[in-house]
Amino acid sequence: MSGFLSYVKRNPSLGIGLGILLFLLLFTSVGRLIVNPENAYPLKVPANLPPGPGYPFGTDRQGRDLLAVMVVGTGLTLQIGAIAGSIGLGAGIVLGFVAGYYGGALDTIITSFIDVYMSIPSFLILILIASTFRNITLGVVEMGLIVSIVSWAGPARAIRAQVLSMRERPFVMMAKLGGMSSFEIVMKELVPNLLPFLVMSLSQSVYGGIAASLGLEALGIGSRREPTMGMTLFYVNYYSAFLVGMWWWIIEPVAVIVLTLTSLVLTSIGLDEIANPRVRRGV
Amino acid sequence: MNNNKVLLDIRDLKTYFYVKAGTVKAVDGIDLQLNSGTKLGLVGESGSGKSTVALSMMRMIRPPGTVQGQINLDGVDLLKLSAEEMRRMRLSQISMIPQGAMNSLNPVMRVKDQVFDGMIDHGTNWASKKEREEFLAELLRIVELPPKVGMMYPHELSGGMKQRVCVAIAISMHPKILIADEPTSALDVVIQRQVMETITRLARDMNLSMILIGHDMGLMAQSVDRLAVMYAGHMMELGDVKEMFSDPLHPYTVALIESLPILGNRGVFKGIPGIPPSVINPPPGCPFHNRCNRMMPDICPHKAAPYKEVRPGRWVSCHLY
Amino acid sequence: MPPLIELRNVTKVFGGSIKDKDTGKVTVALDDMTFVLEEDFPHIITVAGESGSGKTTMLMLLLGFYEPSAGEVLYNGKNIWKMDKEETKDFRRNVQAIFQDPFAVYNPFYKVDNLLSIPIKNFGLAKNKDEARSLMESALTRVGLRPEETLGRFPHQLSGGQRQRIAVARALILRPKLLLADEPVSMVDASLRATLLKQIRDLNQELEIPVLYITHDLTTAYHVSDYILVMYKGSVMEAGDVEKVIRDPQHPYTRLLVNSIPWPDPNMLWGQAAEVVRGKSITENRGCKFANRCPHMTNMCIQSPPPLYRVREGQVAACYLYQGSSVIERADLSAMFPKREAASVKS
Repeated sequence: MSGFLSYVKRNPSLGIGLGILLFLLLFTSVGRLIVNPENAYPLKVPANLPPGPGYPFGTDRQGRDLLAVMVVGTGLTLQIGAIAGSIGLGAGIVLGFVAGYYGGALDTIITSFIDVYMSIPSFLILILIASTFRNITLGVVEMGLIVSIVSWAGPARAIRAQVLSMRERPFVMMAKLGGMSSFEIVMKELVPNLLPFLVMSLSQSVYGGIAASLGLEALGIGSRREPTMGMTLFYVNYYSAFLVGMWWWIIEPVAVIVLTLTSLVLTSIGLDEIANPRVRRGV
Repeated sequence: MNNNKVLLDIRDLKTYFYVKAGTVKAVDGIDLQLNSGTKLGLVGESGSGKSTVALSMMRMIRPPGTVQGQINLDGVDLLKLSAEEMRRMRLSQISMIPQGAMNSLNPVMRVKDQVFDGMIDHGTNWASKKEREEFLAELLRIVELPPKVGMMYPHELSGGMKQRVCVAIAISMHPKILIADEPTSALDVVIQRQVMETITRLARDMNLSMILIGHDMGLMAQSVDRLAVMYAGHMMELGDVKEMFSDPLHPYTVALIESLPILGNRGVFKGIPGIPPSVINPPPGCPFHNRCNRMMPDICPHKAAPYKEVRPGRWVSCHLY
Repeated sequence: MPPLIELRNVTKVFGGSIKDKDTGKVTVALDDMTFVLEEDFPHIITVAGESGSGKTTMLMLLLGFYEPSAGEVLYNGKNIWKMDKEETKDFRRNVQAIFQDPFAVYNPFYKVDNLLSIPIKNFGLAKNKDEARSLMESALTRVGLRPEETLGRFPHQLSGGQRQRIAVARALILRPKLLLADEPVSMVDASLRATLLKQIRDLNQELEIPVLYITHDLTTAYHVSDYILVMYKGSVMEAGDVEKVIRDPQHPYTRLLVNSIPWPDPNMLWGQAAEVVRGKSITENRGCKFANRCPHMTNMCIQSPPPLYRVREGQVAACYLYQGSSVIERADLSAMFPKREAASVKS
């Protein structure tokens, strides 16, 4: 543990990023025990109250306790990110490794597909797909799945590039000469070396997933009841919170979003330092 | 051309790096003299400290490294100069071609701009653009490059040509001393010879004193007048290059020369057993003692040998003398 | 019996298709190379050349890491790109290599034991863990390492020389039929080179297998090998007994190379450089590759590439200077290297 802490001193990005993330996770999990999660839903508490005794975060137009909203919503938004991130990374790993290591026709097919896919504005894809779900209630899981549609292409490309460069290294040649099969080489030689990079890719796709979900939800495409950060922003806009002067309603979700995204960016930067020795600042 | 004047006199140079794991004694008390107009070779393996000596001379060692001792260039102790005074010395009085120089050329600047860059910083002025162009053409001619190279970018040049550009930059202000650190290590053997011959020729024509740093004894034999052998931060032996090869004194020098392939000596492999010591918190005693075939157990592992002149012009650090 | 390994009219081009071979638009790394090694040829043969000579390409082709643009690479008579799984495994097991960079051959994630244990496991060289362990230990001792100081360590904890010696130990364990060594000592300290070269020599004598030593350093080539092939821009310029070729080179390119060797003897200074620099106006691809740098160039040299002439016993050169001598077919190049003789050099 002490080794980890001393490393964190040299890599503040990772330390701060993970720290904030940990704080947010505690906020949402421990918070649920302290606050009544039911109050995050409409018509539970008196509406339009500024922060004060009993409601330290105030309440909104729909009668939600905003502290409960923050506690529950942070968890929901993180969930969306986690789902999108893991699906994105999973697909990215499979496609990236196959394209990068095996090469040939398979690589050309996969790469062309990624290139075409990435040239279509992802937001358009999201809105198209999301609007077909109009009849089905959009829960958090559904949201995560939708958003994952656009979070796999970036990681796939980046992983493929890393695999391409690693493939030519002498230790891979030695593994081949040692009788290892291609699959074994990918799993045992390449993946362990790429672990920091993969984790960094994960934090990047989580980021992408959350950002995309915020975009959709701010337009109102999302679950109307669930108090995710994006939906909160939607209601802030819908009920003209600016004009009515309900400043607390605006600041709180923005703060949580900023914290979440910043922590992901910092973690990603910190992991980049581990994954990319040339970026390292003095050992 | 006065060959007997001592131009560079280094006394008890110590370059230590204080890191968490301990003290790295990269250079541990060496003496070195360079006579005016001569070429000195500084040879050693990785970890010997030879590149660190060069950087120490140029005062380019940064914390956590510290440099102690005296580096007297023509009577001036470089270590006692202020940062600004030292800056003015670099390139104009003492100049260096660092290791891997050809890969460190600025890829987005033309050759001529890179040459002029340093000179302008030192306050050089030309009367007219024409004069400047003539100066560049002459400089390129000295390093045996055609004048059109001035307008080219580094990526358009071959390895040998890039190295010659680095030489041109280093000699542009006609310094007293030129330090070349592994100037040809990445080059093919034919180009290596051509570049080395260019360097030695211009050193002679410009009456430059030169320090050639490397690990290739063969290259040293071809190019220098005097040779200094370093090992694990210590100076083991110094002397005239012909005498060093025909009659080496220090057991390390002896073993090194015997391990090298030479015509007529095929198939005879005389390696040196053991491995070089770590330079972090080095133990007392001679650094070579654990590999030396003439080690004396009473003294060699315990006390480092003093560096002294055992014959005229031959200095050795060994208890055998 | 088919030869152990064979390059049959192999050409390798980069940056384009083989059709553009003579246009100058592509890089011809290896040009119509035929090279044969028999199983009973227990000598060390150097493939020497500068960068761009094709020596590394030849290594990669022999190991099956590059696919030839034209021609075939055959192991035991079979094209390695058309082998089935069994045959490929046999090929991989019997053709092994030592690489240049002592650090890059290790996966930094694993201990150095991995380099030895993986092939033992995959090729079934030991019945159980204990047998594998003792196999590793005895091989390490044979190359002068202490198993307790090397096994269980990570690559960055050992020196370059130690790591390279482990690579030699690996070859000892595997007992391949052919060993390829790509600049094995160029990144190793001078004081350790002789020891490492001796171990490679010992390996060659003990296992009695052909060793292909690839280098640009003619001094180590002279030191360790029996025969030598001098390459320039993808073609063989000269070949033969290493003593003869280096002491008395016949091809103008070899002469230039040998004259540029920095011998560690201040009394043996660089000789006269016999080289001419001409413009690039002459197309190199139709004739002899060295033509536009050669002081003896004639019209014939740029018309078509010279065949290999037998200059004398044990030495051939591809140069029209020797057109009076008999011609050796490239396919018979290795026929001039005698088979299974007692090693001509005592170690």
